[in-house]
Amino acid sequence: MSTADATGGTAGPAPRQGRIRRAWRWFRNRPLIRTALAPAGTLSLAFLTLGGFLMGVVFWGGFNTALEATNTTAFCVSCHEMRTNVYEELQGTIHFTNRSGVRAGCPDCHVPHEWTRKIARKMQASKEVWGHIFGSIATRDAFLDMRRHLAESEWARMKANDSLECRNCHSTVSMDLSRQNPRAANAHERFLFTNERTCIDCHKGIAHRLPDMSGVPGWQ
Amino acid sequence: MQRAITNDVRVRRNYPDQPPVIPHAIEGYALDLNANKCMSCHARRFTEQSQAPMISVTHYQDREGNTLGGLAPRRYACLACHVPQTEARPLVENRFQDMDALTEPERQPGGRSNR
Repeated sequence: MSTADATGGTAGPAPRQGRIRRAWRWFRNRPLIRTALAPAGTLSLAFLTLGGFLMGVVFWGGFNTALEATNTTAFCVSCHEMRTNVYEELQGTIHFTNRSGVRAGCPDCHVPHEWTRKIARKMQASKEVWGHIFGSIATRDAFLDMRRHLAESEWARMKANDSLECRNCHSTVSMDLSRQNPRAANAHERFLFTNERTCIDCHKGIAHRLPDMSGVPGWQ
Repeated sequence: MQRAITNDVRVRRNYPDQPPVIPHAIEGYALDLNANKCMSCHARRFTEQSQAPMISVTHYQDREGNTLGGLAPRRYACLACHVPQTEARPLVENRFQDMDALTEPERQPGGRSNR
């Protein structure tokens, strides 16, 4: 390193500023940004902090309330596609009426309970809104034609998350094999407890009718 | 409704060509145009892992007697012949006699030889 380099800049013309720095300066000088970043002239610090806190509560609470409102069976079956096809089929299965009176609604099986995964699933589900608007399964026939595709994407989802939604209620930890009939206990011992298979591998179509199962492993 | 018998114990046939009855619950098992849940255990290729009895060889034959490579379509509706059992009391008296009682009455408990 030479002395000319170390002192350079003071003698010669001002060095050209970096691209990022120039972009930032331009951005910083926009009138709206300048106003936003200037200290408040008339509002007190207390108003701004408490107001910000309150608005945070309102917006965050509102967002989650709206999210929960869309996370109910009533919301799902407000579309005729869900009400007349899958919801109709759910009724009469063990997950709808049973001896102990516990009912699993749509989101219990189709939406993860954990917040992050729930948001991810909700974003994916926006495609269902698209399908409703453009009527991709508007009739029973259209639904039946799509059924294999729809079922396959649900199977793939549950296979990928190790049947997470099943396990919200049916955990291996609390499963008493001695209370199951021997055939079920044997199958669970061989396939479930060894992690060789996950719930959805065997328990397909337990809440809805099945599509054409030709080619699906375990079916013929 | 009566509870289904689910003990998985094979039941003796009342006559040799009686379709075996089903000793387990079949509630919720699909049996329609799209899917046949029975075959997920009783098809030849699944019997090793399920340890269930294989469908009879007669079920491979079509009505002309040709042996097919799998379940013959006319045998597809399992529940047309094979039925689950319950503990229900018969509504009318059942006077069915086992064929052994007719062919070998002397060997039956309470038969002629015991009188």
